[in-house]
Amino acid sequence: MRPEVVAAMMPVFTEHFGNASSIHWFGQHAKSLIDDARQHVAKLINAEAGEIVFLSGGTEADNLAIRGIAESQKSKGRHIISSQIEHHAVLHTCKDLEKQGFEITWLPVSRDGLVNPENVRSAIRKDTILISIMHANNEIGTIQPIAEIGRIAAEADIYFHSDGVQSTGKIPVNVKDLGIDLYSMSAHKIHGPKGVGALFVKKATTLKPIMTGGGHERNRRSGTENVAGIVGFGEAARLARLELMPEMLRVRELRDRLEAGLKSQIEFIHVNGENAPRLPNTSNIMVDYAEGEGLVISLDLKGVAVSTGSACSSGSLEPSHVLTAIGKTPDEAHGSLRFSLSTMTASEDIDFVVEVLPGIVERLRELSPYYKGNSGSDH
Amino acid sequence: MGYSEKLLDYFQNPRCVGEIPDADAVAEVSNPVCGDVMKLWVKVGDGRIQDAKFKAQGCSAAIATSSYATEMLVGMNVADARLITRDQIAEALGGLPVSKIHCSVLASDAIKEALKGF
Repeated sequence: MRPEVVAAMMPVFTEHFGNASSIHWFGQHAKSLIDDARQHVAKLINAEAGEIVFLSGGTEADNLAIRGIAESQKSKGRHIISSQIEHHAVLHTCKDLEKQGFEITWLPVSRDGLVNPENVRSAIRKDTILISIMHANNEIGTIQPIAEIGRIAAEADIYFHSDGVQSTGKIPVNVKDLGIDLYSMSAHKIHGPKGVGALFVKKATTLKPIMTGGGHERNRRSGTENVAGIVGFGEAARLARLELMPEMLRVRELRDRLEAGLKSQIEFIHVNGENAPRLPNTSNIMVDYAEGEGLVISLDLKGVAVSTGSACSSGSLEPSHVLTAIGKTPDEAHGSLRFSLSTMTASEDIDFVVEVLPGIVERLRELSPYYKGNSGSDH
Repeated sequence: MGYSEKLLDYFQNPRCVGEIPDADAVAEVSNPVCGDVMKLWVKVGDGRIQDAKFKAQGCSAAIATSSYATEMLVGMNVADARLITRDQIAEALGGLPVSKIHCSVLASDAIKEALKGF
């Protein structure tokens, strides 16, 4: 978290501990803090403050958007269009709806990780009630053609949800221009606290709440507001608008330098989604003849934290569904590495990775029965 | 990460890496769960394993367990070697995190495969 975010949150624990639903002064002060935060989050995506619903995070935002529309629209139809590379919060929510009798069209993506808007258009049916396509992918960073999909959804008069957890604060987002009805956001992805997020719900959208109770957040999400979390989110959103997005230019340069450096020093590596528009802070690299978890552990031992789409490191022991969707075999996904940069990443950090990773890869490849003339079958 | 010091040592400094050109048996197995692979070369004489070498493409647990198991093999008599279990290998390396328990099967499978004909 940014120190400014912590500083904004602290007084909420110690001084402004009122319940925002109470009419006494303490409560009203807490309410005004929430209102300020709502303004900051709304501004970040060019929404109205009244269109922001605070909740527990990106996962709840995706659940509320998808289940909320499904429940409110099921008398009109039960067909939803989504993609094969969605975050699990969307993927598993839609799969759950499938069990309840909804039909989901899972759109494929190109080898570069992009949904083709024409595929969205041709998937639309009379009973389609929702299109849910993420803005930017969490594993490979590819940015989907959201504006075009938004236009197609508007023409067909179908609700359009986009999971914006990865893109918020990293690239400019204007929900009005993009034709979005529902947009999921998470505070901790922009250096805010964990456990708080928001769903943008365009005015006049009919959404059935998934949480029933006291009717907080204009009846969209019941439950006493997480005032400190919301205040932290507001401050993080304010800082994101002022600093994070301009800083992303520098982050993109670092990312490009990382990729160029690794490509010049290591043979048999590929950058996933290289030819698509991508988030400036994400780099997903595939290393042939090495396994991702071993690379992650080796980097970790040198103080570098990265992740992998290798089956061997996932709880489910399945290779990443995103890498599978862009046409990678389980063997290829086996050697994937995801670097996430931030404004806190220094130029020296990049130099360090470019310096140590080639040796790590070489060491693991020397152990592989498949590398170079190391005998054995093709792999 | 939940790995022991010993396991990390075998991952970073694996013993018995390599190939045996005139091996008496070579086994190549892949892990049905995650796709890791191990190749094991053994030299057998007088009912004992005279030498063993391995190569593996896999996660840190796969490499460490493969290395440890290969080292264990050298000097063992074939009958005993056949009895090596995945649990024995995992325990010797300080145990494995729950999600990585499947990794130790690679080495025990390779041993059984390599010693099949003896």
